[in-house]
Amino acid sequence: MEFKRFAFIALIIIVLIGVVVVVGKSEVAPSVIIVSMIATTISVATPLTLGALTGVFCERAGVVNIGIEGMMLASAFFGWFAAIYMNTILEMGALPSLIVGVIAAVVTGGLLGLLHAVLSVTFKVDQIIGGTVINLMAVGISGFLNRQLFFEKQSIFGGQVPHAPGVLPRIHIPFLADIPVVGTIFDQQPITIAAILLVFITHYVLFYTRWGLRTRSVGEHPLAADTVGINVYWMRYMNVIIGGLIAGLAGAYFTLESVPSFEPLMTNGRGFIALAAMIFGNWSPFGSWAAALVFGAAQALQINLQFFRELIPPQWAFLQSSAVVGMVPYVLTMLIMTGIIGKTRAPAADGTPYEK
Amino acid sequence: MTNVLEVKGITKHFPGVLANDHVDFDLKKGEIHALLGENGAGKTTLMNILYGLYKPDSGEIFKNGEPVVLNSPKDAIAIGIGMVHQHFMLIPVFTVTENIMLGDESIKNGVLDRRGVSAKVLELSQKYGLEIDPEVHVEDIPVGVQQRVEIVKTLYRRAEILILDEPTAVLTPQEVDDLFRIMRELTSQGVSIIFITHKLKEVLAIADRITVMRAGQVVGTVTPNETDEPHLAAMMVGREVILNVEKEPAKPTEEILTVNDLHVLDQRGLEAVRGVSFSVRAGEILGIAGVQGNGQPELVESLTGLRQSMSGHVTLMGNDVTNRPPRPIIEIGMSHIPEDRQRHGLVLSYPIADNLVLCTYYLPPFGVKFVIQNKAIDEYARKLITDFDIRTPSPYMPTSNLSGGNQQKVIVARELSRSVRLLIANQPTRGLDVGSIEYIHKQIVSMRDKGVAVLLISAELDEIMSLADRIAVMYQGKIVDVLDADKTTKSELGLKMAGAGVSVTP
Ligand SMILES: Nc1ncnc2c1ncn2[C@@H]1O[C@H](COP(=O)(O)OP(=O)(O)O)[C@@H](O)[C@H]1O
Ligand SMILES: [Mg+2]
Repeated sequence: MEFKRFAFIALIIIVLIGVVVVVGKSEVAPSVIIVSMIATTISVATPLTLGALTGVFCERAGVVNIGIEGMMLASAFFGWFAAIYMNTILEMGALPSLIVGVIAAVVTGGLLGLLHAVLSVTFKVDQIIGGTVINLMAVGISGFLNRQLFFEKQSIFGGQVPHAPGVLPRIHIPFLADIPVVGTIFDQQPITIAAILLVFITHYVLFYTRWGLRTRSVGEHPLAADTVGINVYWMRYMNVIIGGLIAGLAGAYFTLESVPSFEPLMTNGRGFIALAAMIFGNWSPFGSWAAALVFGAAQALQINLQFFRELIPPQWAFLQSSAVVGMVPYVLTMLIMTGIIGKTRAPAADGTPYEK
Repeated sequence: MTNVLEVKGITKHFPGVLANDHVDFDLKKGEIHALLGENGAGKTTLMNILYGLYKPDSGEIFKNGEPVVLNSPKDAIAIGIGMVHQHFMLIPVFTVTENIMLGDESIKNGVLDRRGVSAKVLELSQKYGLEIDPEVHVEDIPVGVQQRVEIVKTLYRRAEILILDEPTAVLTPQEVDDLFRIMRELTSQGVSIIFITHKLKEVLAIADRITVMRAGQVVGTVTPNETDEPHLAAMMVGREVILNVEKEPAKPTEEILTVNDLHVLDQRGLEAVRGVSFSVRAGEILGIAGVQGNGQPELVESLTGLRQSMSGHVTLMGNDVTNRPPRPIIEIGMSHIPEDRQRHGLVLSYPIADNLVLCTYYLPPFGVKFVIQNKAIDEYARKLITDFDIRTPSPYMPTSNLSGGNQQKVIVARELSRSVRLLIANQPTRGLDVGSIEYIHKQIVSMRDKGVAVLLISAELDEIMSLADRIAVMYQGKIVDVLDADKTTKSELGLKMAGAGVSVTP
């Protein structure tokens, strides 16, 4: 079952990379295309991977979180704002400003996680509604503040978007990044590397530690956990907050690692695709990562095909339209969610408030 | 002897219910103290208080003579109380080891020490004769074994006081024997046990002392050798109860239901009923005995039109009803008391009155030309509520507000008040107490005496033995034998149910 799932994922990624290789091979060596596709895939999959891990922490503890999108958007904004503020107003250096920005983003995510926990664990608000509240609130607040801060004359920035401190620099992993050709894959930015490390850490925490065992128990059968003395509310609170912190890091990716700017609605549904990746990954960290890579590959396809637009053969002309290629990640989401490949199994108490 | 545990004057209110009313109870070291009472008597409430899940309104708890306050299960575990709940507290997707260590994990080198705990579990299971495999997932083992896991879970926490809340309700007769053996083994090693049940035979077989509760109060404490079943039943119910069904020999006449080589698939697409043939005649009760999971639900669902069969024939009074939907079968003359009253028997959110006319609402006098006749339904409902002694303040209460026993009476009232020729009664008294059981048994026998053919499916051997005229034993989807009820014994039946002497290829 699990093997089938991973094999299916690998197959889709190979097909997506293959398409670009076929189109571009007359101008660029296939090995270069493949390496570039893989590097881009890993990088653009980062917010999806992190978003899916957010979902894993929340839902393994029994709290459905559809507010990941909003958590990412709000964090992207506040991280960006903090970095610019440090850099422009306090005249801090570029790198320290970016680091403060990342911290601000993570804290924002954590606070929204806390809000979600208060709503769904303490007040037992329908969790879908709680998540929707966070999504709507994030759009409103980030959009409003964005206008107020950067487009109003009286604001501290004088009504214009100040010069950004840039993006987080690549970390050159010694040895690995020096391998010819393939090395590019290991030349990634810090949040991307952190996301991959977090996949391993999450797996370890969930399946090898006391914390993980208890987390899964409150997501499966909270009453049983209660009868052996586990504090269900505390476990749910902490996991939803941890999820929020990770969503905050995902938010930082958008404005501090990917591009040095903020735009309203810039997360563009990635939070929901992350949720799909988590489900397709069967609520497991590695499964989620693999599924995130599928979506990453679909996006890498879109990016790379733009370089080779002129080379697309006439019978494939539809691939020239960015609208068509841009649809790929979403179509994949829908296909995958129909459950064409194996049944997934949600934690039994996922989405159910615990009443004593 | 010292009391390892004692409670004095425990009172607990729930909204509108006095669940425990000044309850006194004590437990001596190494004894099995049975707590007997009808459903709703307040047994589970008292135990949940002892386990720290509920806080009593008033009253005191003593451990070895010292007063203790139990604010959470943690406190109870800390003073050596372990509880096996009526509904198991196991996580299906976890392994046995993981379930046992949950909440009391042992850590080695920063990770869960699964191997260490697993060894400890094996050691405990050998010490007390509780066979379990620590590595399997709980969802893959039968309930009897799950129960052993629950017991080991308490022993792993060094429990010296074990509370078993209705442990036998989910077990087969053989598993009950196993459990009793384990309980004796535990007490011989110094564990004290509170054993909750509403089954009289069991307390007489195993208990050292018996405390009876009724309506939240303790009625009295007796020892098995100074009491007997009728006496205990009277204490429990508060009046004389006739335990043995009184019935004349059956006078069967023509065949009503004939089943011929029926094959039915279950939910997973596996063949659950594998070529079953039998017939039920007017004026007799045919019992189907079998351990759960041997194809009985699929057989009943197929007879009642709830599930398509693969092949074979079902004939009801000369009409071929194979794979017909429920309504025509009901109209020909079938009544059905389903196994799961809440899923198949009632629309829980409907008022009682509506549930009472659930199969007849469209027929006169209740439905005339598309219009529901509320007056007729009201009269009918009030009559049935009186006749069947359904305890409710009004016919218009949502059925979900009734207790389990009264919900069952609603179904029985509906199904036995129509003129039918066939009654299919599936676990008609499951989870009910002696008072209600007595009543329902009487009704079923009187149906038979009126010339109705009765098909009775039950996992309770006593029920089958005392009600049925003939007993068909079902094992692995086949009927392996049909016995005359008065020419067989409980142990013969128990063995046949367990598949002894049959060779059935899986
Ligand atoms: N959590 C609860 N909330 C409200 N009423 C309850 C609750 N638990 C039990 N009761 C009521 O208390 C009474 C005693 O129930 P219980 O202790 O479960 O009885 P028993 O275990 O003897 O069958 C019943 O009337 C039941 O409906
Ligand atoms: Mg009970």
